[in-house]
Amino acid sequence: MTDQDITFTIDGVAITAKPGQTIMEAADDAGVYIPRLCDHEGLRHQGGCRVCTVKANGRSVAACTQPAAPGQTVENETPHINKLRRDLVEMLFHEGNHLCPICEASGNCELQAMAYRLEMVEPTKFPYLEPSRALDASHHDIALDTNRCISCGRCIRASKDVDGKGVFGYVGRGIHRRVAVNGEDLAHTDADASDHAMSDEVCPVGCIIRKRVGFATPIGEREFDKGLIGYEIEGKRRG
Amino acid sequence: MATNTPDEQMTGPAVSVPSIPVEEIVSICQTYGNDRHRMLDILRDVQDRFRWISPKVMETVASQTCLSRIEVEGVASFYSFLSQTPKGRVTIRLCDDIIDRFAGLAAIAEAFEEELGIKVGETSPDESFSLEYTPCIGMCDQAPAAMVNDVVVTKLTPDLARQWAQSLKAGKSPEEIVSDRFADLSPHARATAQVDNNIRHAGAVLLGPVPDDAGLKTALGLTPVQIMDMIEASGLRGCGGAGFTTGRKWKFAAAEKAEKHFVLCNADEGEPGTFKDRVLLTERPHLLVEGMTIAARAVGAREGIIYLRGEYVYLRDLIEEVLADRRARGLLGEAILGVEGFDFDLRVQMGAGAYICGEEGALISSCEGLPGEPKTRPPFPVNRGYLGYPTVVNNVETFCHAARILDRGAQWFFDMGEEGSHGTKLFSVSGDCLNPGLYEFPYGLTINELLEMVGGEDAAAVQVGGPSGTMIARDSFHRRLTFDDLATGGAIIVFSGERNVLEIVEYYMSFFVHESCGYCTPCRVGNVFLQKAIGKFRKGLANPEDIDYLKDLSGTIIETSRCGLGMTSPNPILTTLKNFPLVYSAMVKPSKDGIRATFDIQSAIDGARHLAKRRSYIYDEDFSK
Repeated sequence: MTDQDITFTIDGVAITAKPGQTIMEAADDAGVYIPRLCDHEGLRHQGGCRVCTVKANGRSVAACTQPAAPGQTVENETPHINKLRRDLVEMLFHEGNHLCPICEASGNCELQAMAYRLEMVEPTKFPYLEPSRALDASHHDIALDTNRCISCGRCIRASKDVDGKGVFGYVGRGIHRRVAVNGEDLAHTDADASDHAMSDEVCPVGCIIRKRVGFATPIGEREFDKGLIGYEIEGKRRG
Repeated sequence: MATNTPDEQMTGPAVSVPSIPVEEIVSICQTYGNDRHRMLDILRDVQDRFRWISPKVMETVASQTCLSRIEVEGVASFYSFLSQTPKGRVTIRLCDDIIDRFAGLAAIAEAFEEELGIKVGETSPDESFSLEYTPCIGMCDQAPAAMVNDVVVTKLTPDLARQWAQSLKAGKSPEEIVSDRFADLSPHARATAQVDNNIRHAGAVLLGPVPDDAGLKTALGLTPVQIMDMIEASGLRGCGGAGFTTGRKWKFAAAEKAEKHFVLCNADEGEPGTFKDRVLLTERPHLLVEGMTIAARAVGAREGIIYLRGEYVYLRDLIEEVLADRRARGLLGEAILGVEGFDFDLRVQMGAGAYICGEEGALISSCEGLPGEPKTRPPFPVNRGYLGYPTVVNNVETFCHAARILDRGAQWFFDMGEEGSHGTKLFSVSGDCLNPGLYEFPYGLTINELLEMVGGEDAAAVQVGGPSGTMIARDSFHRRLTFDDLATGGAIIVFSGERNVLEIVEYYMSFFVHESCGYCTPCRVGNVFLQKAIGKFRKGLANPEDIDYLKDLSGTIIETSRCGLGMTSPNPILTTLKNFPLVYSAMVKPSKDGIRATFDIQSAIDGARHLAKRRSYIYDEDFSK
């Protein structure tokens, strides 16, 4: 801890933040997990999915973009906040087509894992929007099923900022806003299977699919078969 | 994945279009210095000249501005007035506000459809016409209204619509239909030939007599700090709706050390029912620029932008003329009024059909040539705004007030209105009243007093502040128009007892669904769910528990949305649930059998029936017996 460090609390736990850190960054370092979907380590913060909503001094903010402030009281895991988060996750399920039993990402899917973590165990009440978007299987090594896209934009930022390419971008507005590719289809872009944007850690769901590697890891041995989403961050605190 | 569906890619657009010469696109980009921050201007020019933004155009624009095609497409696909399919030589946009609907929009649409031989949403095969709906164009006091290319037509009747369609078909331009000598008219005369001001009550500050540049002259004798102290002491608060103290906003921006500062005017009043800035832009454009110049002096800005909503394109020439006149008279440009070092100039940024751009972060994004998405806060615009520089964004009315305060003094302004709500306010009144139009009054008026003046005593409901504000019933008409009671950006919409409250609410929700930028989950998705739920109520398919569902979902959207749009979009539902509870309870039916009223077993199994090519043994009667 240095002189400039900031201290605040999350659910009563004292947290130290370096100057300029967001609430989420400080929480991650301290081993306190704040649920998130559009935020991902190594990528710019977006603040779009709102799953990381916390109350900072009573006010709703996105933990991924809100700077940590000295003396701030942050509420994270309260029944009320987790209910808001569950609503948001349910909205994402209902906005797209998320049929876990037939999805290659099942078990590795952050949306599914978040639903488990937030105890989305009852029948949902929202209507299904049932999009019907064409699959893009044009690329030799990669397929895209945007019916499963949750508009997190992680692929957009990874491709632009990490790969220096800009394969993806948002088009449209409102409920029609979606991720599209920089060309007629994926084959007409400079996308490559070795891109960070195409790696299995960037797409949180089963939208970006790498061909010929599906189901290589059997169900039961997948990422979230090991623990609830967030277990790695929470593991830091338990030591 | 590409924007065009595979079908469009293969067969090309539905109508044949002349190819767009690459060199013309290059030349448009060069007009704006190939600057990606001027993307909206570039794409607007392309749209105006070639009536669509083709994939090829996007590639050319991208290469000129050093962007990728998908980034250009992101902008082109965001704004309603930009099109990725070819539009007709004349695009008729019928204002689809609830006020226009109540004023006979359906008959107007029918008249246009019959005369033009196309339905709303279509373009004629010979590319002559496109007919479409657009949300509120700021003409609620003279509805039904429409835009015909860059011209506005108001007080439409089916006969007038037919006349317009026939004249257009005969080859007349929209401008020629407005006036045979349109080109000879002054920009002000052109504007008032299209749109009435409808000033019903002039107050002391804005709509009464105003001397030329008296405020600016006072400002020249003051230090920046003295100017800002004066604005703060006057009690002036932002007139766009949020009501932030103007003097403090200016001080925050001035305190920020930076190479440049900017002053932006928000002339993007898109809140349905609001049209006050339209009248100020028409009748007080000099006062507006004077106010911006004073703000520039205060915060140390040398550049400014007036962000003019796309629907007000008919006012562009008027504003440009005012800017040219002021430059010629030494009121804009270098060494304003001979004061060495006092340099300020500004440009007009046209919007292109996006309500969200009235949100200050989204407005800044739009000025930067990006999709109109709000920015992450903090940093706030006063710290890091336009292009990353400290930026003051104020509403048209706010700047006009500021200029008047400099002339007449802080105390003069402070003494009007009441504690916490000082000065006068413009109210845009429309709907079921005898005298719709613009009223300027000190804060503190009650709704009853206002209704009496506008001839709206029969009102059963008043929408204060537009859809993002509050819908109140008769039992609240004693309430007062102040920041602490009924806060409003200025829209007052009067509804008589004959109007269906749920129809109004459903319209407002469809408006928010149309205008959500889509950046954050709750606003993008949640508002669609609210709209669907209200649809259930209107069809009589709602259960009693659906009332709790509405409240619950609204709460989540308000608490988790990223900007003011989502934080207020459930207001039409929440305020009517509170003030008109019987409207909802009359529409719900408890189900007897435990099956939700919305569940229709027959339609649910219909798909399976078709697949199986036979009836259902359980749910279909066997008529053969």
